[in-house]
Amino acid sequence: MNKLPIAILGTGNIGTDLLIKILRSKYLECRLFSGRNLSSAGMVKANSLNIPISSDGIDAILNFKSDLALVFDATSAESHIHNAPLFAKKGIIAVDLTPAKIGEMCVPAVNLNDCLALKNVNMITCGGQASIPLACAITQSNPNSVQYLETVSSIASRSAGPATRINLDEYISTTELGINKFTGCAKTKAILVLNPAIPYVHMQTTVMASISNPDIERTRARVHEMVAEIKKYIPGYELVLQPTMENGRLITSVRVKGLGDYLPKYAGNLDIINCAAIAFAESIANRY
Amino acid sequence: MPNTASLTICDVTLRDGSHAYNHKITADQIYAYAKASEESGFDYLEVGHGNGLGASSLQVGESLLSDYEMLRYAKNVLKNTKLSVHVIPGFATLQKDIEPAIKLGVDLFRIGCHCTEADISQKHISFIRSAGKEAWGVLMMSHMASAEVLLEECKKMQSYGAQGVVLMDSAGAYTPSETSKKISVLVENLEIPVGFHAHNNLGLSIANSLSAIETGARILDGTAKGFGAGAGNAPIEIIAALVKKLNYPTNINLYKALDAAELAANLFSGSLPKSDSITIVSGISGVFSGFSKPVVRIAEKYKIDPRDILTELGLKNAVGGQEDLIVEVASVLALKSK
Repeated sequence: MNKLPIAILGTGNIGTDLLIKILRSKYLECRLFSGRNLSSAGMVKANSLNIPISSDGIDAILNFKSDLALVFDATSAESHIHNAPLFAKKGIIAVDLTPAKIGEMCVPAVNLNDCLALKNVNMITCGGQASIPLACAITQSNPNSVQYLETVSSIASRSAGPATRINLDEYISTTELGINKFTGCAKTKAILVLNPAIPYVHMQTTVMASISNPDIERTRARVHEMVAEIKKYIPGYELVLQPTMENGRLITSVRVKGLGDYLPKYAGNLDIINCAAIAFAESIANRY
Repeated sequence: MPNTASLTICDVTLRDGSHAYNHKITADQIYAYAKASEESGFDYLEVGHGNGLGASSLQVGESLLSDYEMLRYAKNVLKNTKLSVHVIPGFATLQKDIEPAIKLGVDLFRIGCHCTEADISQKHISFIRSAGKEAWGVLMMSHMASAEVLLEECKKMQSYGAQGVVLMDSAGAYTPSETSKKISVLVENLEIPVGFHAHNNLGLSIANSLSAIETGARILDGTAKGFGAGAGNAPIEIIAALVKKLNYPTNINLYKALDAAELAANLFSGSLPKSDSITIVSGISGVFSGFSKPVVRIAEKYKIDPRDILTELGLKNAVGGQEDLIVEVASVLALKSK
């Protein structure tokens, strides 16, 4: 079977980690790794792996000599807003790893099949990928009684690059919107905490809910099912606190260990959004 | 010899005290205390949820009043004393939280982050400065970084436009020698005034505050009767008396400051901080003071020793905002103890 030809735009932590994962994929082949700076760490890494690189950014993708079926856009929200119509015009499926929110939000454990015919999907945020399936499990188990959903993610400082740091507000609003969209819960809140501890901490995501009449046993069962579903594409996703009532709130936590591809294993936040993006792209590949 | 450099005194009673009151401070309490703080001549009064703007949450506790209500009540009372807020990027956003606070008339925004993460304050500080408001940088949990690292982080905040920086001893873990070492490095190398915010877990809040001003700090935080997270803050009435004895120029009216402290003792009776085994272990473990109350509550639920939770959180290097770890740590400790 031929692998799906793809490109990666953006050579920061996310783009480079995606590249390493794609090198292992049975279904995807990276034909081009494009950014702006040939001496960036990611670019040097890609070159050392004999991946075609370019510093012409999106132009290199638009003018590429052969067909590209799909591009992972790991630039910035601002850039993706500029890039999206250009990809669309070329007929390239765009997997958006920025918080630009142009395309349909995709969480593979929840709505993968609804996204496969789309030309632009948005991977929300790392905290969104970790929390939305739990939030869905909670609302599915407690129909019409979840009044409020909140998620907190803590990540290792070292795993938060400059784009993440300058865009905390976008992270928050995109994650809140994602939870709202997937659960229908009108009142949502997202919080992000950076922890500089050494050894670096693993990403940890907690979902809390105010529920008028919680069915805790049903919620636990549904959360366990959901975690098993996510583990299929994010092996390091682990439930560390099963749904528990404390002080009138429901609380449940997961820890996300990364695969240790580009950044070490603590960077589960990179892993989770990239694993989700690849789960989507591989499903596209399997349709061809 | 009289000290000539004047001090800026920040009264954070109605913000740090929120931690000690399960974030349930009422409108009447805000009116009454803000009036007393104004009469005391404190330069700034900080008001709001213990974790600042936009922090009311299941994670760190839900406020009785909205940010908007709390700030409006205080603003209605204050004339000479300026209104300040604490802001943590990751909780508070420009659009949802800061823009409304600017419209409401908040004078000073103190942008806080964990002590090694100053770059997350850039957007918030520059936004506030461009709106024509005053912005300071705040490094929280600053016992966790060396003087050199703190200086680098403060320099970043200075470069973003911060007009002052405050080191917070959020865990009450500092000693006087550590305070003077860190403050003096900042004072010698920064162009903006440096401040200190103490907690009293190891009984050193006033000693550390004194150490800070003796080595050049020009801003001190305090709270009436120490009303604040964990073992509380440096009691502002004692700061008032101390700086008078040492002849530092301030705007404080000492008797009024003493009266304000007595008022706070009445308003918040039963919730004033006290030193106990929880706050002491919290201090030596270097755990954020705001964790104390939820730790006690959750330890009771899981029938384990709250001190074990604090020790474990210290080993995990938990930072402010990671309160969700408490339940997870407690559940694991409870399993082990079976």
